[in-house]
Amino acid sequence: MNSSDILGRQETAAPSLPLAIELRGISKAFGTVQANKDISIQVKAGTIHGIIGENGAGKSTLMSILYGFYKADEGQILIKGIPTIIPDSQSAIRAGIGMVFQHFKLVQNFSVLENVILGAEDGALLGPSFTRARNVLADLSAEYDLDVDPDAVVENLSVGHQQRVEILKALYRQAEILILDEPTGVLTPAEANHLFRILRGLKAQGKTIILITHKLREIMDITDHVSVMRQGQIVSSLETSETSPQDLAERMVGRKVLLQISKSAPNYGDEVLRVEGLTLHDEQGVERLSDVAFSIRAGEILGIAGVAGNGQSHLLEVLAGIRNAQGRAFLKSEVLNLTGKSANAQSRRAMGIAHIPEDRQDMGLIMDFMAWENMGLGYHNDPLYQHNRWFMNNDALLDETAAKMDRFDVRPPIPTLAAKNFSGGNQQKIVVAREIERVPDVLLIGQPTRGVDIGAIEFIHQQIIALRDAGKAILLVSVELDEIMSLSDRIGVMFDGHLMGVKDATQTNVNEIGLMMAGIAPPQEGII
Amino acid sequence: MDFASYIQILDSTIRLSTPLLLACLAGLFSERAGIFDIGLEGKMLAAAFASAALSYATGNVWVGLLGGIFAALLMSTIHGLASITFRGNQLISGVAINFLASGLTVLLGQNWFQLGGRTPPLGAGARFTEITLPFADDVANIPILGPIYADLISGHSILVYVSFALVPASAWLLYRTRFGLRLRAVGENPAAVDTAGVSVKGMRFAAVCICGVLTGLAGAYLSTALSSGFGREMTAGKGFIALAALIFAKWRPWYALGACLLFGLLEALAIRFQNIDLGLIVLPVQFMQALPYVITVVILAGFIGRAIPPRAGGTPYVKEL
Repeated sequence: MNSSDILGRQETAAPSLPLAIELRGISKAFGTVQANKDISIQVKAGTIHGIIGENGAGKSTLMSILYGFYKADEGQILIKGIPTIIPDSQSAIRAGIGMVFQHFKLVQNFSVLENVILGAEDGALLGPSFTRARNVLADLSAEYDLDVDPDAVVENLSVGHQQRVEILKALYRQAEILILDEPTGVLTPAEANHLFRILRGLKAQGKTIILITHKLREIMDITDHVSVMRQGQIVSSLETSETSPQDLAERMVGRKVLLQISKSAPNYGDEVLRVEGLTLHDEQGVERLSDVAFSIRAGEILGIAGVAGNGQSHLLEVLAGIRNAQGRAFLKSEVLNLTGKSANAQSRRAMGIAHIPEDRQDMGLIMDFMAWENMGLGYHNDPLYQHNRWFMNNDALLDETAAKMDRFDVRPPIPTLAAKNFSGGNQQKIVVAREIERVPDVLLIGQPTRGVDIGAIEFIHQQIIALRDAGKAILLVSVELDEIMSLSDRIGVMFDGHLMGVKDATQTNVNEIGLMMAGIAPPQEGII
Repeated sequence: MDFASYIQILDSTIRLSTPLLLACLAGLFSERAGIFDIGLEGKMLAAAFASAALSYATGNVWVGLLGGIFAALLMSTIHGLASITFRGNQLISGVAINFLASGLTVLLGQNWFQLGGRTPPLGAGARFTEITLPFADDVANIPILGPIYADLISGHSILVYVSFALVPASAWLLYRTRFGLRLRAVGENPAAVDTAGVSVKGMRFAAVCICGVLTGLAGAYLSTALSSGFGREMTAGKGFIALAALIFAKWRPWYALGACLLFGLLEALAIRFQNIDLGLIVLPVQFMQALPYVITVVILAGFIGRAIPPRAGGTPYVKEL
């Protein structure tokens, strides 16, 4: 499918609804990278318009231009039909644009009220602003189901509530056009549903909403129109009712993709990893893991779902030997020390436990090292890479790296290129290749596809399945519920350091998992 | 020790706390806006020199005061340019300012006055004189309250009263005004301020300038009120003690008053009690002189519990989504 026949289907604006925003030929380059190229979008007033694209497709750049963070090299922005120049955020706000950022722009130790009035105060003294804001917030809360305590300090609010504060900020500034950037990434399914209710309410009151996301389901659920971005360009603009997830995915990637992972029935072997009573207090004394117990068999993928920050990261780090914890763990009935000298990453690797960390740039790679140097990290003491006691055999590692890059289709296949010069997906492939090619007995994986393009996601998922089919045990931690649902044989859910329960993947559904992610315990029978 | 001695010690506590308090509030404005300022010492020193030199040259202490403020503002502008405009390292810029002030004051002082870096002693009109508050002489004989008013509260230079008045003024500015809200926000999360359509650079420069004015007052006080003339390195670490007081005070104006009075008291005690005879041994004078610094270290080493600095402190702001 080439882009011209997609463009041929581009629909023209129905004259009935006026346009809230129109972009004409917006282009923006950073050095030699063309982030946005000749982008034209028409957003009708009073609708929800989705913009979907992979990471790096240029969505964020486009929104930054709309909010006055960057200046477009070329092109024109029309707001309600009037050509508008947006040199800074102040102008965007004046033009009626409100932005809900992926990473909230809230002052953590300020109250909700202080955050709302910041930059939109009525005068030099705060008193009158507080009084007015309190009244306005009460009205908005009632009107749009946006209930937040105005005197609560933001850092004590849940992520979902913090997001509502961001929406309130925009509405307080009388935004007519609300842009939300990946709004559900940090929400539980229930919180996401609440958000969508709010958005539908806003739409009913005539607000225009632009929803930026990479999640196909959200586009299908809530948008009226959708624009698909790929490599800095708009490749399609469609009515949501005229498309399907499969169709959108293909337009995003530019080729056929498998949304449903083909996976054979599991063939379980003996128990490989068992954990009992795992409890962890962090440096501040906060309990991060609380009496966690589970086991994984050979040939099984145990998925751990949960909203980020509920203990999954700590669980991975404990099992990988990066953190000490209380409790007991066994690898094939051999005791795994959770404290003491042997509780370290090196001895875990030696025992056959490999780890693909959640944050590849922070823990998985050294960004300034070349690919081949990164390929040896953690295994640098392997006799394969040693000439003798004193010197490393770099050539052996280089050759091996070249072979692994070839097998994992890392592009460009240059072992001497620094890790930072690869795209997110290819960086992740380097880490995955390093850990999987060793064929470990247990593989710990955190967020395997965060910031990775669809093509690479497919590939990485296939590798994980292949390792499982080779009879290895896999612990998969991900905040992407779709990923957990499609890969796992059994699914555990973590909430506030507790393992809420473990369910067989074939006997559960998104609703049940979603409830557990919100801390609501399921009926007990599924727990092992 | 009699009542008069207590009054005397408290009286010198107030005198010695004043430069600390001015510098501490200066640091508070800067750091609350996210600009760490290790150069308080250097700015005070530059201001002390400039005020003494100009007071001496013109015979007018107010000209000297303006000169001191100007010198400190100049240093602040350098710090602002380095750390806000060019996004440099704030600690390094602060250290550079300390070196710059330390060297420049001695160099210029020696060149202009040939007194080994000192300025000549200032005459009556060229320094701040003590103000006697109304009725001070009339009430002096009333027991207890009389001396407290006449000796402790009355009889300080105008800068002392200004510095104490600045405490409620700062608290009001920070917590009750639009400017204060934005200033605190820019030190906690500049992105929130930026996306709200307010200039981060503007707010931070405003804070750094307030810091300059206040360190200017502190420096002028040292050389034209507390003593009469500039001596090389006369700040003697007061800028750093003010920084310690700022942390001790957890970046709050009223707490800053308490912290600075405590450090002032320690200094006053060191001057009052030179050698302390404990019977078996005699504590030498050096021990008492070192005490404020020792206590600074002890306090900073964790006596105060967790002090959370402004979250964006020390990091230049870069626009990003």
